[in-house]
Amino acid sequence: MEASPLKAPESPNPASEASEIEYSEQASRSEPCEWSEAMSTEHLVIGGEKFTSRLIMGTGGAPSMRALEEALTASGTELTTVAMRRVNPTAHGSVLDVLRRCGIRVLPNTAGCFTAGEAVLTAKLAREALDTNWIKVEVIADERTLLPDPIELLTAAEQLVADGFVVLPYTNDDPVLARRLEQAGCAAIMPLGSPIGSGLGIRNPHNIELIVEQAGVPVVLDAGIGTASDAALAMELGCDAVLLATAVTRAQEPARMAAAMRHAVTAGRLARTAGRIPKRRYAQASSPWEGIGGS
Amino acid sequence: MKVIVNGEPREVPDDATVASVVESVTDAPSGVAVALNAEIVRRADWAATTMREADRLEVLTAVQGG
Repeated sequence: MEASPLKAPESPNPASEASEIEYSEQASRSEPCEWSEAMSTEHLVIGGEKFTSRLIMGTGGAPSMRALEEALTASGTELTTVAMRRVNPTAHGSVLDVLRRCGIRVLPNTAGCFTAGEAVLTAKLAREALDTNWIKVEVIADERTLLPDPIELLTAAEQLVADGFVVLPYTNDDPVLARRLEQAGCAAIMPLGSPIGSGLGIRNPHNIELIVEQAGVPVVLDAGIGTASDAALAMELGCDAVLLATAVTRAQEPARMAAAMRHAVTAGRLARTAGRIPKRRYAQASSPWEGIGGS
Repeated sequence: MKVIVNGEPREVPDDATVASVVESVTDAPSGVAVALNAEIVRRADWAATTMREADRLEVLTAVQGG
């Protein structure tokens, strides 16, 4: 990533260097038939952990555990969110069993929390229950928009980083807040494209680009994805990964949409790293003008 | 004595522990965490932590979400 005028002069985050995306230009030159997310030289690295897939999935909204498992498998995801809730003695099957069977790393979230205090307690419960210090911090302001409360979010992030968590904050698409979260020591920045579950796509691509430009940690576009082109756009804008749930779990055919998202994320990443052509005002002929017959 | 378990009032024996109450709401061997009056109780301490009148116990697990 290029340095940007928005970039803070010094990153206080000791993990930022390790969290940066590894990308080898040399590796891009060989085996053109094998362009896929399986290119082992280009991993997503968050908190020192490597991922081949750049698609992070949520599990909410799936019609059944079986449909969820099929969708997760089709998505190729290696990291998937769950929520923490009171145990339900009548529940059948556990989302944890599904993730275990699929070999997917679990990323607990703090969905439903309205204050930093609630989010911190939920994160600690998740760490205890799931034996992971990774947490997607989500502190919402109201139920109608589910937009993050920036003040509570930053407070929660600071406290959780201090307590040794690998913090992945779900945040507004605000470059200043993103910078503050990174300075607080977050392992990634996860700006929304549009409100959770809305399927409205990326409403402010310019802000996403600003966030990407300045970030020293991975940027994960989180929330608002409606269809495959939204996920591809996120990657073309320079995001390092995409997190989505509803677009897949509530699609008419979740596994089919999951496969679409997998391809979209790969395509968007390849397009971003390939270097797109500049946009031009007028046409540029792709066939030669010389040697046209009959003239 | 009366305690609150996951928001519901519940009568438990006077010698009830966190472990015995958790056992009464779930048989999951893992994936469960407990907060007693908003403080985490680690699994290793469940058996030794006794319940007191009006205690609030939260027993949580992972569900579909996010």
